[in-house]
Amino acid sequence: MNGKQLRLAKSYLWEVICLLSGFSAMAVLFFILYYIVRRGAGVINLSFLTNLPTPVGVPGGGIGNAIVGSAIMVGIGTLLAVPQGIAAAIYLDQHRESRLAIVTRFAARVLTGVPSLIVGLFVFTLMVLRTGRYSALAGGLALAVMMVPVITLSAEEMLRLVPSTWREASLALGATHRQTVLRLVLPAATKGITVGIMLAIALAAGQTAPILLTALTSRFWLENLQQPTASLPVLIYSYAITPFADWQQQAWGAALVLVVMVLLLNVAAQLFVAARNREV
Amino acid sequence: MAESVTVENLSFWFGKQQVLKDISLSAQAREVTALIGPSGCGKTTLLRCINRLYRLYSGASITGKITVGTENVLDPRIDQVELRRRVGMIFQKPNPFPHLSIFENVAAGIRLHGLAQGREVAERVESCLKKVALWEEVKDRLDRPGTMLSIGQQQRLCFARTLAVEPRVFLMDEPCASLDPVSTMRIEELIRELHKEYTVIIVTHNMQQAARISQQTAFVLNGEVVEVGRTAEMFVRTRDERTEAYLTGKMG
Repeated sequence: MNGKQLRLAKSYLWEVICLLSGFSAMAVLFFILYYIVRRGAGVINLSFLTNLPTPVGVPGGGIGNAIVGSAIMVGIGTLLAVPQGIAAAIYLDQHRESRLAIVTRFAARVLTGVPSLIVGLFVFTLMVLRTGRYSALAGGLALAVMMVPVITLSAEEMLRLVPSTWREASLALGATHRQTVLRLVLPAATKGITVGIMLAIALAAGQTAPILLTALTSRFWLENLQQPTASLPVLIYSYAITPFADWQQQAWGAALVLVVMVLLLNVAAQLFVAARNREV
Repeated sequence: MAESVTVENLSFWFGKQQVLKDISLSAQAREVTALIGPSGCGKTTLLRCINRLYRLYSGASITGKITVGTENVLDPRIDQVELRRRVGMIFQKPNPFPHLSIFENVAAGIRLHGLAQGREVAERVESCLKKVALWEEVKDRLDRPGTMLSIGQQQRLCFARTLAVEPRVFLMDEPCASLDPVSTMRIEELIRELHKEYTVIIVTHNMQQAARISQQTAFVLNGEVVEVGRTAEMFVRTRDERTEAYLTGKMG
């Protein structure tokens, strides 16, 4: 084998390694999806989506209250985290090198790496112990704590991508910093920021530990935000570890519902962004 | 309409590095003043002092006086928004607002400063687009994004956007640097039109361009104004040997 052949062989080998690595990463995802659909699709019907849970062995049990609980707590988390995360990102983008910005950025990065259980304990101490009850509000707050750093960091990245020549055009025309950010920089970064928010929502929707510590769970419909609340991840967890076949199967079904809900939300967000862009 | 610009003893620092050294220069109303000199000599910084865009840079400090009309623009009490309406700027890279239509790009400044309402906005947009000779090319697609135009058209759109807020002074930072020769020619024609009503200060790397369009030329080197003079005289007979070297291509 001469030098040229050797080089080509090495190049080929690398290509194969990279291809296999990429493929195996995807394969895991598809394997999980395939398994959830195969095991979970069978139990899904309208009453499963809308009924309350039933005791073991009693047919007709559903996950309606867990769907509502998850949606409400993720909703509360989103409402709290999106404005704060975007506002923080604007600050970081406007004062890139200030000491407070550097500390804030560092804190946000650390916070994304803090185990969700710790976040749950934090909110447990802060709210559940003080108010004396598990609640949807506490659950939403715990999710917000997890979402804020994700949204902040991703939104800052997206704001940074807006070229400085555009900002200069706006400022040179006599716009103030506030007008430049609100009317030019934010609209230009909407698409990327939306993707970051979706990522945070997907992350929040799947959280189990923080919800268990703050909202606990419930076998009934949610009547107000001050009471223990059911959620899909906690339901999946508690059903999956039981020895009962019907509950195990419902756990698969709930997992499929959770995945599909996150997926639908993603598609909706993409459509929203596309529609906004077309308006221009 | 046009207002003269007078720079007196202007010095400028980025941190500890002095970028402009005791610059004095006067740009007459209804004239084109060209700033020439090698890259990094401070021409662009000088331009950005006049509309105070330098405040975007961190670590900037400035001393001296810049008068636009009768006002010292370096006075911290000055209304920066109003200053930037009076002193418009054209950039090296055309920068129409990417999320706005052709129409809205020109209307942006009008709305921002509340210069017109209702139908008057459309009339103003049309007249500005006509002034930059873009109207015929875009009148059927005013609702399309400004960024879909060719680079040369985009730059003329930026001129229209600036014209729309009725400035007194035009600052231009190498407005033709990213354009092809035909587009460059059209911009130069435009500048020759504009200087009848406005004060124009233009940074250019193109010596022939300075000779073609300006009445006054200032040669800037290492943050200092080496020589200022009437363009017609300067290109024939320089007073400073460094200007001579630059103009004849022995330097820069």
